[in-house]
Amino acid sequence: MASTIRVRATANGDTTEVQALIQHPMDSGYVKDAQGQIIPPHFIQQLIFECAGKNVFVADWGTAVSKDPYVKFAFKGGNKGDDLKVSWTDNKGQSDTLTAKIA
Amino acid sequence: MRTAIRIALTAFALVTLASTGARAADSVDPAAEAKAFQKYFTDKFPKLKLEEFVNGPYSMNEDMHKQWVDKEEFPPYDFALDAGKEAFTKPFKNGKTYADCFANGGIGVRQNYPYFDEKEGKVVTLELAINRCREANGEAPFSYVKDDMASLTAYMAFTSRGKPFDIKIPDDPRARAAFENGKEYFYTRRGQLNFSCASCHVQNPGERIRAEILAPALGILNAMPIYRSEWGGMGTISRRFVTCNSQTRGVPIEPQSDEYRDLEYYLSYVSNGLPISGPGARP
Repeated sequence: MASTIRVRATANGDTTEVQALIQHPMDSGYVKDAQGQIIPPHFIQQLIFECAGKNVFVADWGTAVSKDPYVKFAFKGGNKGDDLKVSWTDNKGQSDTLTAKIA
Repeated sequence: MRTAIRIALTAFALVTLASTGARAADSVDPAAEAKAFQKYFTDKFPKLKLEEFVNGPYSMNEDMHKQWVDKEEFPPYDFALDAGKEAFTKPFKNGKTYADCFANGGIGVRQNYPYFDEKEGKVVTLELAINRCREANGEAPFSYVKDDMASLTAYMAFTSRGKPFDIKIPDDPRARAAFENGKEYFYTRRGQLNFSCASCHVQNPGERIRAEILAPALGILNAMPIYRSEWGGMGTISRRFVTCNSQTRGVPIEPQSDEYRDLEYYLSYVSNGLPISGPGARP
């Protein structure tokens, strides 16, 4: 299966701009399906961006974040060609990781 | 005597009915229709180039256009596109693929759909052709409104990006009638709110309906299927028609029923010459 993570990072002077899109249902646990059954909560709890052995962005998420979340941020440092590692874990213990090069 | 008159009158009425019906279909000039349709929109939005109408609400003002540029850099339909490519190339149980059902292996053909099938005497849309392909190969058909169908059409549209819509109306009264029926459906008011498709998408594109900016009817199908943020997912042309009908508090008809097929035929034909831009992203 293809990765659930799409990421693009571009170094621009002394900062690096990062955009990421993650495929995840982000079910809140408050929604019912067509049969009237509650869809159990299923959401990302932690999202981490790591560059050169350092966490540059850590998000503790809950049920309020929408489906297929999109993240955009910038951090100081980061050079062209550096690795940027993105990983998430959800409340069911599932996770995914992707390493991208900073362009 | 009286019965004889009545029969004669009925016969006469039937004859006139039949002849006006035939005359209506004969007098339809789809090419002139399309030209007038496009002129209406280019007159209404003189700053827009014809090909920019395919970006729907994102073409309607500068602020929206900026949002569109940002969104296209990282489009939300990306996952569907990947899924569509995988589904398209994966063989059926009998070893054949979608490529066997379509001209040019299904690549770069979106702009030719829907077409009028003279054997069947009806309009055939891309979604319909995909399901017929599945059934011919012993696979269960997809739902017309859900993700599997949307991913496949997304991939097929993506391979056709930039190609101008090239819908043909053959010299067949049934084809002209299908075009005319589609037009009639488009302009007929229905539902509790008494809206026609045209009330929003011809009379009021660029205006707001609640928080949304209405898309112009010109080029509206070029961007299909779409990732609609409001839906939190992908939707097909069928899904768009069905939800438009229910939003005017009308009762939607079955996806891919004759009326919707004719409507798609009409709407696609009047956008002839505008490039395919699907899959699209919409607010």
